[in-house]
Amino acid sequence: MIIGDYESWGRFPKYKPFDVFSVYWRNEIPDLSKFPKKILPFAWGKSYGDTCLNEDGILIDTKNLSKFISFDEETGLLRCEAGVTLASILDFFVPRGWFLSVTPGTKFISVAGAVANDVHGKNHHNSGTFGCHVTKFELVRSSGERLICSSEENTELFKATIGGLGLTGLITWVEFKLKSCPSAFFAMESEKFYNVDEFFEINTKSEKKFDYTVSWVDCTSSGSRLGRGIYNRGNHAHPDDYELPKLPKQKLKSFPFDAAFINSATVNLFNMLYFNKQINRIEKNIIHYDPFFYPLDAVLHWNKAYGKNGFLQYQFVVPYGNEKESVKEILKQVSGSGMSSFLTVLKTFGDMKSPGMLSFPRPGVTMAIDFRMGGEKTLKFLERLDSIVRESGGVLYPAKDARMSAEDFQRFYPQWTEFENYIDPAFSSSFWRRVTKNELTVNNSQLTF
Amino acid sequence: MKKIMIFGAVSAIAQETAKLFARDGEHLFLVDMNLGRLEALRDDILARFKTKIDIYEMNALDFDKHQELFDKAVQTMGGLDAVLIAHGTLPDQTKTQESPELIIREFNINCVSVISLASIAANYFVKKKEGCIAVISSVAGDRGRQSNYIYGAAKGGVTTFLQGLRNRLAHSGVSVVTIKPGMVDTPMTAHLPKNPLFAKPGDIGKGIYKAMLSGKAVAYLPGYWRLIMTIIKMIPEGIFKKMKL
Ligand SMILES: Cc1cc2nc3c(=O)[nH]c(=O)nc-3n(C[C@H](O)[C@H](O)[C@H](O)COP(=O)(O)OP(=O)(O)OC[C@H]3O[C@@H](n4cnc5c(N)ncnc54)[C@H](O)[C@@H]3O)c2cc1C
Repeated sequence: MIIGDYESWGRFPKYKPFDVFSVYWRNEIPDLSKFPKKILPFAWGKSYGDTCLNEDGILIDTKNLSKFISFDEETGLLRCEAGVTLASILDFFVPRGWFLSVTPGTKFISVAGAVANDVHGKNHHNSGTFGCHVTKFELVRSSGERLICSSEENTELFKATIGGLGLTGLITWVEFKLKSCPSAFFAMESEKFYNVDEFFEINTKSEKKFDYTVSWVDCTSSGSRLGRGIYNRGNHAHPDDYELPKLPKQKLKSFPFDAAFINSATVNLFNMLYFNKQINRIEKNIIHYDPFFYPLDAVLHWNKAYGKNGFLQYQFVVPYGNEKESVKEILKQVSGSGMSSFLTVLKTFGDMKSPGMLSFPRPGVTMAIDFRMGGEKTLKFLERLDSIVRESGGVLYPAKDARMSAEDFQRFYPQWTEFENYIDPAFSSSFWRRVTKNELTVNNSQLTF
Repeated sequence: MKKIMIFGAVSAIAQETAKLFARDGEHLFLVDMNLGRLEALRDDILARFKTKIDIYEMNALDFDKHQELFDKAVQTMGGLDAVLIAHGTLPDQTKTQESPELIIREFNINCVSVISLASIAANYFVKKKEGCIAVISSVAGDRGRQSNYIYGAAKGGVTTFLQGLRNRLAHSGVSVVTIKPGMVDTPMTAHLPKNPLFAKPGDIGKGIYKAMLSGKAVAYLPGYWRLIMTIIKMIPEGIFKKMKL
């Protein structure tokens, strides 16, 4: 086992498993009741905090469950093994005219990971979460049962497992709907906005006409420019309507070393340059799905740019009501803190309901903000943001979390007690132990400042 | 539609080669010792490509069933155009070297069964006056090293056998392709620490596919191993024997 392979994306906290067990074949799943410690599935570790970690427990590595099982060209239903990446689905299916119904901001995640966190993407306002497009999956439990779960069979486990944080059993395969797509390209528009109110105006117009929307926000600006940014929106580009460019050659770069390259000076510079890179108020482009959905994937291991201590992503959603005030208040706190964020993303969620019992998305405004892990200072600051989220009736996203308090989790997700009934008794995670217990356990002793 | 048999089809490398032939629409006859794994591989390929696939469960150590296997493949597909022999195990050198019993077992898997299957294929293709026999040997067979000489010797036996077979079949229209991969990142090497020389199974699988299409005699995969092994073979034995390799 090479422990470095079993970090989460934020590289904080650093929890070592007791052992790792890899599965390679869906019909050769080991007896899950026989492990000496609690177990947790682990796929590509693209969760930021500790939902995919299991300190001193066993991780079941499912990356090698990477086979397709069947595809129905009539309905677009794909059945594939748990560890299959969204990248490998796109590689194969886009040239054949199919696209993912929902994709998050990285394609290097597994389909089971997409289910376990019920991930969302730029089209949440019209397509909901990944779980909304899942028809069936197989769940292996420590009782030895292999259960087919769908909206007809084992319904409760179906709901609990979507957004179920890997705790309800081991998913071996997932069946979900792809959607047809006219090309590998998107007709994209970028529009600058100069403050939070402008964002909301543009958003109302754009969501009606565009399937995909997301905004980047300059977290370093303040005053009348508080929350300025760039609004990106797009639709699939049809070859009849647009002259499509040639397919780009894939060149993946990898961040070469472990270095704290991201600090407030580089962040301020980046935000300034990024905002000013776009000269016109509105720009239109035809771009490939890679830069459209996955600009960050162009540099593998970019998380290492934060250095060994890692970073935290803070993602919340606040319901409609006084969402504008909440967003402004959070932005004020961030820009005033000097803990500027390299990447801040703003988007609204729609009202399509996911079957998931513990799913994060709900109608409202969501924001994701990255912070370099600067120890106690950073953690204390995030607690200030927590109180704003709490007061706005919002919640935090477990997939991005490494530090929310147990009280907050239980307040945000009151259904957690019902969910507990569906947890497999052999399963647990560092996240779950943290949020179902009353004290906050962040292990600061591992940090080196 | 060509008819291709792959022995050891569920090995990480052979799976990749199988997919490439399936993409071309070839009819595949996939053989391995575990039916569940064969089914998973077949389903994966059929979810991607419209082609024909038959699967067959067999252990390479059942020497007396080798001929029956070929007859079955020929009968099922209505002929045979190419064979890829890809099965093998990577023994733990230090454990195996203590036990003649284990050494014999490793030889039976990595050398004897391979030679037997290749011979049956040769007999079939000679009559047909065409065909391709491709075998995954290894760079480890090019020179014996203390860290891996049991596996290396078995692969060396295969390499020498194929040289002779190629020579014998040179005028009968049958190509004999010796594949010599270096280290590949597969379940077989999951326990080994990785270094930059490790190749991806997809790249090796593609190399095999190309070598089989062109009928190349010896394919080092990736190609740089040809240079590395040339240098390693040049080191005088007096010096080599003292090296830690
Ligand atoms: C750059 C970047 C951008 C992102 N953008 C978004 C975004 O836009 N929207 C969004 O929603 N998320 C986003 N994420 C988060 C990411 O999509 C989720 O954390 C996703 O779940 C990670 O999947 P993974 O395959 O890496 O799984 P891991 O992180 O390894 O595991 C995630 C969870 O899945 C469980 N799991 C894994 N395999 C199985 C299995 N076989 N059976 C049962 N449970 C299993 C694990 O136990 C764990 O609880 C982003 C992450 C990154 C790094």
